[in-house]
Amino acid sequence: MATDHKMPNYMAIFWWLLVLTILEVAVIYAPMAKLIIVILLIGMALSKASLVALYFMHLRFEPRTLGIIALVPLILCVFLVFMLVPDHAAVPHKTTVTEAAGQPAAHE
Amino acid sequence: MSQVATAHPSVEPAESPLTPESWGKLGMWIFLAGDAMSFGALLAGYGVLRYGSVDWPTPSSVLGINLTALMTFLLISSSVTMVYALAAIKRGDLAGLKKFLALTVLGGLTFLGLQAYEWTHLIHEGLGFTANRWGASLFGTTFFAITGFHGAHVTGGVIYLSIYLIQALRGRLAAESANHIEIAALYWHFVDLVWILVFTFVYLV
Repeated sequence: MATDHKMPNYMAIFWWLLVLTILEVAVIYAPMAKLIIVILLIGMALSKASLVALYFMHLRFEPRTLGIIALVPLILCVFLVFMLVPDHAAVPHKTTVTEAAGQPAAHE
Repeated sequence: MSQVATAHPSVEPAESPLTPESWGKLGMWIFLAGDAMSFGALLAGYGVLRYGSVDWPTPSSVLGINLTALMTFLLISSSVTMVYALAAIKRGDLAGLKKFLALTVLGGLTFLGLQAYEWTHLIHEGLGFTANRWGASLFGTTFFAITGFHGAHVTGGVIYLSIYLIQALRGRLAAESANHIEIAALYWHFVDLVWILVFTFVYLV
């Protein structure tokens, strides 16, 4: 039943995830351009997600086709973001509920 | 080297090609791929709404990053204990299974407790589903929708794993059930994986 691959070093994966989480929290306070921070954050988040999928979910030891099934949503989400680009290009607007619509206890 | 069974005449014809262990495992993977799209759509929608808003607050100025970093740590840890629970049942160590499964459920419950605390705190501070003291009210809408959808998944996972824990404690789970634990573990790791992304996009970016 069990696939006879060597058990990966789960504690090493845990430490990697922990270090990346600490780095992620640290980087948002770093004195860098916002764009660079965002790129670093996305890179670290995807690395962490990959570690979980490859080792905890054993994707690394599964048939390649199963990995493709797992990748499909990621690819579709990238398409989705591009499909929404026209909305990105829309004029930025305030998305606050207007005073008339009522925010009863918002002001003192 | 080649201990692989050579073409056996009595191979089950209906074996799942991708997951020889069981069809259920393939089913879980396909479910998770669909579920990932739900989260993907929520996060993409979040991105568009945020990008189009001029008064979106910086998340770290509204949300408690330290608390959620701790919640992230908890989910990662519970993923590790889940991995050890599966390893335990695979080698027939039912005591180990009970211990690690209980720790995993505990991690999930603590996560939910902290999320309830976080929500209560934010609501008292003035962040609601349609109200936000710090700017764009859609910030509140997306925040509660996304973390709520994820919290519902954690709740489902805690129930899912608790059922196996109870079965194990009653002695109704044998080493042959390893496949069921493996499928449950896939779900639990997925919930962890999604939280990693939610934590990054909703709290940090």
